[in-house]
Amino acid sequence: MASKPFLSIEGLTQRFPDGQGDTLTVFEDASFGIEKGEFVCIIGHSGCGKSTIMNILAGLAEPTSGVIKMDGFEVSGPSLDRGVVFQNYSLLPWLSALKNVTFGVKARHPDWNKKKVEQHAREFLAKVGLDGDVVHRKPSQLSGGMRQRVSIARAFANQSELLLLDEPFGALDALTRGTIQDELLKVWGDSEQTVFMITHDIDEAILLADRILLMTNGPFARVAESVEITIPRPRSRTEIVEHANYYAIRNHLVQFLGHRSKELAGQQVVEADDRSPQTVRIDKSGELPDARSADTSGGAPHLLAVND
Amino acid sequence: MAGVTLSDNKRAAILSIVMLAVGLLIWELAIPGQKAVGELTEYERLSGAGSQKAGVPPPSQVLAKAWEELSNPFYVNGPNDKGIGIQIGHSIYRVLTGYALAAVVAIPFGFLIGMSAVAYKAFNPFIQVLRPISPLAWMPLALFIIQDSDASAIFVIFICSIWPMLLNTAFGVAGVRQDWVNVARTHELGHLKTAFTVILPAAAPTIVTGMRISIGIAWLVIVAAEMLVGGTGIGYYVWNEWNNLDLTSVIFSILMIGIVGMMLDAAFATLQRAVAYAE
Ligand SMILES: Nc1ncnc2c1ncn2[C@@H]1O[C@H](COP(=O)(O)OP(=O)(O)OP(=O)(O)O)[C@@H](O)[C@H]1O
Ligand SMILES: [Mg+2]
Repeated sequence: MASKPFLSIEGLTQRFPDGQGDTLTVFEDASFGIEKGEFVCIIGHSGCGKSTIMNILAGLAEPTSGVIKMDGFEVSGPSLDRGVVFQNYSLLPWLSALKNVTFGVKARHPDWNKKKVEQHAREFLAKVGLDGDVVHRKPSQLSGGMRQRVSIARAFANQSELLLLDEPFGALDALTRGTIQDELLKVWGDSEQTVFMITHDIDEAILLADRILLMTNGPFARVAESVEITIPRPRSRTEIVEHANYYAIRNHLVQFLGHRSKELAGQQVVEADDRSPQTVRIDKSGELPDARSADTSGGAPHLLAVND
Repeated sequence: MAGVTLSDNKRAAILSIVMLAVGLLIWELAIPGQKAVGELTEYERLSGAGSQKAGVPPPSQVLAKAWEELSNPFYVNGPNDKGIGIQIGHSIYRVLTGYALAAVVAIPFGFLIGMSAVAYKAFNPFIQVLRPISPLAWMPLALFIIQDSDASAIFVIFICSIWPMLLNTAFGVAGVRQDWVNVARTHELGHLKTAFTVILPAAAPTIVTGMRISIGIAWLVIVAAEMLVGGTGIGYYVWNEWNNLDLTSVIFSILMIGIVGMMLDAAFATLQRAVAYAE
């Protein structure tokens, strides 16, 4: 670990009043890093604190303790450098789909004229499959999936350094989901963007991510593992399933969510330098001769893991 | 059933017209015909029963009066005899002036107390005490301090329209969804820009509802205020015609008050529709 990563999360703790006079510790001392240009997905059971982490990354919420550094500078407050797709879309209901996107574009490019702003907005709406008359409809006149796509277009159109996505494809049917996943990969591939995405869909995470962070159940959740996706890009939905590593990785993730997220739940870490997640590298294609076998505590026996 | 189904709106309109016609007919028939003066007995003449203006007039007479007044609404025959248009004009001028002043104070102020929970709590006791005071109770104080009847009437309108606008603005602003404010924050909008592009449109339906309630109250109050301060205005006109025992004019002006009030309300209903949004 030579240099600091682009985005580093150091000792993040979040406690809330639990409503009965006590405090609820959602997660404690979470630390991890994200490299520039990396695509990272985070998976964990509902309520473990993923959205909370994302709100802190977005600068919308203050953690109880801990810091976030981006490019070496401590993050405080929201910024246009961090684009957000909220879990509940957060469209402004009095504006049409198009106006919701131009709202963001205008904020990003105050010097652009009206025509340029609208053209840019329409371009990104078209990328998520919204064109023609639908762009003039208000959010209440759109389907859930369409609203989600408007929200994605608004974030994509701003081409921010870091893109924070909270279950951005949750309300989409499989077909649309596929198209927009491809679009996301294109947008990401064409730029220097770093993406941090929350998802519940294991296959989606494997398709998109460089690395998947796994969270244990809350309270006292932690980011326990960082699983590298050792499948070369470009990846296609139909081809990755044939890759030697696909099922090994998938099994590992399913095992984690099925058993170990519960077993590890609430375990507080004692050692200070053990806070960052354990890196798990699963590679059955055997290209890495120096990979050493590690104890994966009840995981599938075919795992090869490297500890940082 | 060959295509004679009418839309609900049409059926309602027909029903309204029928009710109006029946109502007017009953009213007309309920008023005994006025006897010519020559047919009156001595006793009737002495007791004033023959006076053309003393009885409740039938609708036909009110309509005739309306026609007469509305065909020349802006005449001036001395200080106590001005056309209905002039009287209503004065009232509307007072209402709109007092109302506009109230809006200029209440909306920005409501915005501020809506944004800050502390300010809201700090001002709430004052608002709660001042709000239930009948606007007319301010009249003596206003007349004493301002020393001008016209300005006092405007002040009374100001004081009665301010509360619904203030409270609704504060309530609307305080209730803006945090998600929408977060959208503004992630786009690095400044305070003023956030206020105008996110909070104002989000709270607009609540604010306009407050404005609509205020204009209704202001129009109710102006009639009473003008009865007190006198001089001009529809309220003064009603009172003056009552003093003249001209009930036809009284009924006609009551109708006019209703119609102008309805139009003011309709204007705000249109505004309300314009700012409404569905979540
Ligand atoms: N403002 C708050 N006050 C109190 N508790 C909160 C608050 N926000 C979140 N929590 C609690 O923190 C925990 C984590 O919530 P969070 O929304 O981050 O979950 P999540 O992992 O995003 O879940 P999901 O996958 O269902 O979206 C939950 O137990 C929730 O009840
Ligand atoms: Mg969530």
